[in-house]
Parts: sequence; structure tokens; C-alpha cells
Amino acid sequence: MSTEVENVEELTLKEYKYGFETDIETDVIPKGLNEEIIKLISSKKNEPEWMLEWRLKAYKHWLTIMDNEPSWANIKHPKVDFQDIIYYAAPKKKPELKSLDEVDPELLKTFEKLGISLQEQKRLTGVAVDAVFDSVSVTTTFQEELSKLGIIFCSMSEAIKNHPELVKKYLGSVVPYTDNYYAALNSAVFSDGSFCFIPKGVRCPMELSTYFRINTSGTGQFERTLLIADGGGYVSYLEGCTAPVRDENQLHAAVVELVAHDNATIKYSTVQNWYPGDKEGNGGIYNFVTKRGACRGVNSKITWTQVETGSAITWKYPSCILQGDNSIGEFYSVAVTNNKQQADTGTKMIHLGKNTKSTIVSKGISAGKSNNSYRGLVRVHKNAANARNFTQCDSLLIGDRCGAHTFPYIEVCNKTAKVEHEATTSKIGEDQLFYLRQRGISQEDAINMIVNGYCKDVFRELPMEFAVEAQKLLSISLEGSVG
Amino acid sequence: MDNTTIKEHYITEFRKAEENMNGEASTAFHLIRKNAIAKFDELGFPTAKNEDWRFTNVSPLFKFDFKKGNTVKLNNSDIEKYLINGLNENIIVFINGIYSVELSSIKKQDNGIVIDSLKNVLNTKPELVQNYIGKFAEIDNGFTALNTAFASEGIVIIIPDNLQVKGHIHLLYITGEEGKHVISQPRNLIVTGKNCRVNIIESYHSRTNEANLVNAVSEVVVGENSFVEIYRLQQENESSFHINRTQSILAASSTYTHYSVTLGGAIVRNDTNIKLNAENCTGNLYGLYLTEGSQHVDNHTLIDHAKPRCQSNEMYKGVLNDNSRGVFNGKVFVREDAQKTNAYQSNKAILLTSTAIIDTKPQLEIYADDVKCSHGAAIGQLDNEAVFYLRSRGIDEELARKVLIRAFANDIFETIANDIFHEHLNNLVFEKLK
Repeated sequence: MSTEVENVEELTLKEYKYGFETDIETDVIPKGLNEEIIKLISSKKNEPEWMLEWRLKAYKHWLTIMDNEPSWANIKHPKVDFQDIIYYAAPKKKPELKSLDEVDPELLKTFEKLGISLQEQKRLTGVAVDAVFDSVSVTTTFQEELSKLGIIFCSMSEAIKNHPELVKKYLGSVVPYTDNYYAALNSAVFSDGSFCFIPKGVRCPMELSTYFRINTSGTGQFERTLLIADGGGYVSYLEGCTAPVRDENQLHAAVVELVAHDNATIKYSTVQNWYPGDKEGNGGIYNFVTKRGACRGVNSKITWTQVETGSAITWKYPSCILQGDNSIGEFYSVAVTNNKQQADTGTKMIHLGKNTKSTIVSKGISAGKSNNSYRGLVRVHKNAANARNFTQCDSLLIGDRCGAHTFPYIEVCNKTAKVEHEATTSKIGEDQLFYLRQRGISQEDAINMIVNGYCKDVFRELPMEFAVEAQKLLSISLEGSVG
Repeated sequence: MDNTTIKEHYITEFRKAEENMNGEASTAFHLIRKNAIAKFDELGFPTAKNEDWRFTNVSPLFKFDFKKGNTVKLNNSDIEKYLINGLNENIIVFINGIYSVELSSIKKQDNGIVIDSLKNVLNTKPELVQNYIGKFAEIDNGFTALNTAFASEGIVIIIPDNLQVKGHIHLLYITGEEGKHVISQPRNLIVTGKNCRVNIIESYHSRTNEANLVNAVSEVVVGENSFVEIYRLQQENESSFHINRTQSILAASSTYTHYSVTLGGAIVRNDTNIKLNAENCTGNLYGLYLTEGSQHVDNHTLIDHAKPRCQSNEMYKGVLNDNSRGVFNGKVFVREDAQKTNAYQSNKAILLTSTAIIDTKPQLEIYADDVKCSHGAAIGQLDNEAVFYLRSRGIDEELARKVLIRAFANDIFETIANDIFHEHLNNLVFEKLK
């Protein structure tokens, strides 16, 4: 037992690997939120008039609900002071960059430290990366090669400038600004994000990737991602996030919208590793994110895969609206909480079309004094004949001061629907540990092996590069925990 | 009437009743009522904004002007149809919520066992119930508040240490008066000491076709090493409203089993909550609901594992026909110290038509690590191949469907220890499926 206790201590002392701050010149606007700030953000980004109007509409809506910050989730935090946040911070703008060589070397170093050397990535892995630093997109690799196929992959601000017709058509069509509190806020102040359009019949030959990083103190990050796969298109998209160590709480309120037309497939994978705060629960990121995909066309498919290890608080429900007949929605999630982290995450599967299918696999792991909740909704509408859902949500508890909760809502209005839900909660079995130990495997490795096995269903869905990273993250988070 | 005017209506009723009370208004028990009406004033009736009442809209009952009922003269032959042959050793009859001495019959029990109406107990020995009533059914919604504020009649069963009640106790609640919408608010209390045993059947019936409102609250205190079993049958007419709350608390090594069968009612809401408050207790909750027409049945359960080494089993099954709607919310709560908990929950429903709706939320909240908890929920329809199989053997479609529905409910039937009740329920199910 004593070694286990030491291990736990060791674990809590383990520092957040990505917690450095980059000393880089940034262009920061004053704190606070009002119409002037929104106009300022819009003008800094040279946005057209329609975009500003949309932002202001969202802001006006937000004002009406400003005092009703959602409180239904199983999380506790002091009220966020929205006037105490810097809504825009960008690395000092030099004239538009022509190539990667012109990027500030400090910035490149930062990304290298994060393990995403853009140069290297470009050469070795063939993953196209869009890196978002604080609020703006700093570089997008492989743009040219992708454009040969007709694929548009760029920052949101570029898309607003260069492809306004697409942005106008799709922005807010899946997550309208009236959707929820944070979506309204994001719509008003979003600073940048990624945009991707896959034309008809094109299979994107490489993984697309975005890397988000909050650097400046006191800033919030509000990125907006929009991904469209036209008829028959295919894209696999990766997203990763980090932030420096600070004793203040920073807000991250992003919106991600996916649209899949007939026969299109979108895979969206996230490894979320925002700074989780120290072991006393000081600091850390509030991750309040709205992610939703619409399977608009027949036979379309959207897969969400997420590995959530960071953030002080996670509030996130990547969802699928299954409108097209035969469309498929999938959600695979591993959520790990330790120390005083809180996670309330899950999904919504809305079955509207005929023969729609959805699969939910959620694996929660709670350790320390953390609380981990799964909250999900499966709704089968009247006309969704032959809808099928399978849900499995398992929780693993490590230590006796943590909590694991499940709040699944199942609403069925069609008799041909088949809906199944299974949930279990348990700790790592002593017999399993004993079995591995007697074969000469150390306590730590044994726990790692069991936890990895427990999460296998989800890791299998991740692209290779991410699966490796996710496994590493998991072992860092849980090394030596009591079984 | 809307929510506020109806609230005012009941508060005025309370004041009126208070004025006619004479001496009773100054008793300690009345203080509980007073606190409850204040709480009711604060809470009002639940609305869809309340998460626990999200799927159950109670506003249809505001349309009726419910009045307190009078006792109606009934003969033994009138109630015979409600009795279960073989389980009728002790019969206690409430008509419109009022205890009927003539129709009730109680076997001679061991000294010390109390089986009496709440009204009698309050008149003769109020100290018997003083420490229990209102201590367990916490007032967290308007209905419980209203019941507590008007608590005056119901059953009191008190069993001292080491005694068993002879025979079954059948509590019969018959509601209805011609040309009137009756409100009845029974308040029941069951308390056992150590090493006791009692088997109870509760059944609810309508005399007339009018819409009535039954708002019942029961508190059950199970003593150490005791065994309490309750079979609850709700068979009222399909225009009536039925709100029920059963709150149980278990002491060490005790076993509590509760069956909730809902066949009638327009809007039915059952809150069945148990608290496993000491080590080694077992709580079993079983439920079966068959609905048709535009019935609405909402089952909320809460199993609170407060202490280590307890176990709970929960299984609810529903069959929904026509435009009916079912709601199931099962919460299992495992507290920080409740290690070695075993909690099993399952909820299954069949939709027979495409206009029936089911909303299910099996919920686990767990704060201890050395536990085994699982829940499962499934929603589907009758298997056409199984229907075909039976039909190919010369069974007509209607019977084939009935047989399959009965087979679906079999998991519940298997757990019923009492053969007579098993048979009785079997008949009720087939009758309902006609």
C-alpha cells in the first residue's frame, strides 16, 4: 500500500508538461466585453460588414441571457466574470507571411516544444496542420497541395475573406447563436479557428489537424471550426490543445460545426489536454465547448472521438443530428479526471431520418478528488423508423474520494426503434492486478495495461499518431494510482 | 385554474380546516402540518422546468375542482371483487380516504402490534407517530407538501421487536362519489422493530368513472434484521390522477421489497425512494406498467446507498400501447463511505404503437470506488419473428402478442415470492391486454 501512496503523490507532483509560457510580442486588446470590443475584433480582422452584423446579433442575444449561465451540469465553479477577459490576443502581426520561414522563430520553438514542429510534421507525417496561437491562426501547412484537389483548408478569417459564400451558408447552421449560452458568446467574439471544405467525391488524402494554444495571461480562447464534406467526401480531422500553467482560470468556449452531405464521412478526433490546474484545484482552463455535427445527406456518417485529460472543468457534448436516411453517428470518448478536475461530458444523438444508427462508447476514469459525469441524450423522433442505438458507458474509479456519475436520457417516440443502454461502474479488480503482478509486471505497468485495455474500444477509433499520444497522456495522468 | 390560483385554493382550504379544529390546532402534530403548508406556499405544484418533473405535466389536473369525499355506504359484497383470495387475512378499507370500521377486519395480533387508522392513533396515542411522520418523506415537491399539510387519515402499522404480523395486510383504497371529483390524501406509516416481518398489499380502485385525485405518501421504517414486503397495485379508472410517494429507510441487515404495478390512471406518478442506512441491507424495487389510451405513467426511483456492504436490485418493465407515455427515472446514489456496494438496475420497455412514447433516464451517481454498479436500459418492440413462430403453430395473432407480452414481463413475475399474488397479477395482466 505504501508504494501505491507514494506513487499517487509522485503523480500529483508531476508537472504539466506543456505549462511554459512563450515570450512573444502579442497584440492584445483591452479587457472587457461590449459592442465596441466586438467592432474592434472585427476591424482588426478586416472582416466584411455581414460578419460584424452577425456578431452583433449574437451579442445582443447573449445580453438577453447574460444572467442565466447554465447551471444544470454536475460541475461547480465560481461565476465567470466576462468583463475580466481579454477577448483577442494575437502574435504581433507582421505583413502577411509567405512561407513558414517568416514565422517568428519563438513561435516555431513553442510548437516544437509542444511536439508539433510544423516543419517536421510537414516533411515526415504528411499531416496538414493549422496552428492557432492564442486567438489567431498562425500557420497552415500543406494548403497548396490540398487546394489542387479542391480542398479548402485555412483559417476561419481567411475563409471569411476568400470564401464568404460558403461561410455565409454554413456558419451557424448547425449551432445557431441562439443554441446556448457559450455558443452565443462564441458567435459574438470568436477570433479565429479552422475552416475546411471537402468538395464532391474527394477523399482527403491526409489527416487534417488543428493545434490550439492559449498563451497570454487573462485571455479567453474562442475559436470557431467549420467543416463541410460535400457529397461523397471524406475527411479525418484532428484537434489538440495546450495552455501554460497559471493560477487563474481561463475560459475556452469554442464552437465546432460539422456538415456531412450525401454519402460523406467526417471523422473528428480530439485530444484535449488544456492545463488542468494544480492539485489543489487552483487555475486551469474552463473548457465550455459546443460541438455538433449534422448528417444532412443520405448514408452520411460522423464520428466523434475524444480523449479528454486536461481542463479544470470540461463541459462538452459532441453531438450528431441524424437527418439523412441511413446516416450514422458515432461517439467514442475517454475522459480522465484527477485531483480536483470536473468533467461533465457526453453526447446527443438525435434520430430524425429512417434507418439511422448511432453508437456511443464512453469510458470515464476518475481519480483523486475529481468528479466525472457522463450525460447523454438519445432521442428517436416519430418518423425515424428503424432507428438503432447502442450505448455503453463505463466508469472506472481509482481512489475513494472521487465520483463517477451517469445521466443518460433516452426518449423514444417510434415503436420500431431499438435502443440499448448499458453502464457499469467498478474499480480495477484486485484479481486482475494480481494476475499481472505474478507474471512479473510492475504495479504501475499493470495498472497502465488494464486502463489501456479498458480504453481500447475508443483508442482503436483514433488515427495512429493520436492513439500513441493518447496512450502516453493516459499513463502520465494515472501512473501508479491505487488499484 | 392555473398553478397559482389552485395553490391559493388549497392554502385557503387549509385555513378553513384549521378554524374547525378546536383543540387539535395546538397539538405538536399540527405543527408539522403548518410547516408543510408554508413549504407548499413556497414550492407550489411542480412544473416542467423542474428537472424531476420534466416529462410529466401535471397541469391537466388543475382543470378539476377536487373536493374532499364523504364516506359512502358499501356492503361487504361491494368490496369483494377487490379482494385477493388467500391474501385477505387482514383487510383495511379506506373509502374516499376515510377509514371504514365496518368493512375492515383485522385478525387478533400479538400484544403490542398496532394496526389502526392514523385518525384513531392521533386521537388516542399521538406519541406513537410523532417521531416518525414527516421525518423521512422530505418535502421537496408540492404534492408531498400538500399531503403532509392535510395529513389526517391513513394506515399506521407499528410492530415491536421480535413480532410478526399474522397473515397479510391488504390496504384497500376505494375512491369516487357520483357526480363529484374527489381528492384523497392518505398518509401511511409503517414502523418495525428488530426481527419483525410484515407483508402488505396496497391496492387503489375507483368506484365511479369521474376523475379523482389520489395523493398518497407512505413512510416505511424497517428495523434491524426485519423483513418488509409491499405489493402495490394501482387499478384506478383511466381519467384519474394518482400521485404516490413511498419513502423507506432500512436498518442493519434488513430486507425491503417493493412492487409497484400500474395499470390504471390518466396521469400516474410514483416516487419510490429507499435509503439503505446501515450495513448489510437489501433493497428490492420491482415495477410493471401496462398503459393504453392516453395514459401517462411516470416512475421515479431513488436508491440511496448510505452505508457499506448493502445491495440493491431494481427492475422495471413497461408495455406501452396507443398514445400512452411512459417515463422512467432511476437514480442510484452511492455515498462516499458506502464501499462494497452492489447495485443492479434494469429498465426495459416495449412500444406497441408508433404513437407511444417512452423517456428513460437511468442515473448513477457514485462517490465510492469499491463498488459494483450496473444499469441497463432497452427499448424495443415485439419481435415479429417470435409472433410468426407462434402463429405458425396455430396460435392466433392476438393471443400470440399477449403471450409475448406476458413473457416479456416474466422477469418481474419470477421474482414474486408469493404464489397467490403471482397468479393474481397474471390474471390482471391478461385482463388488461384484452
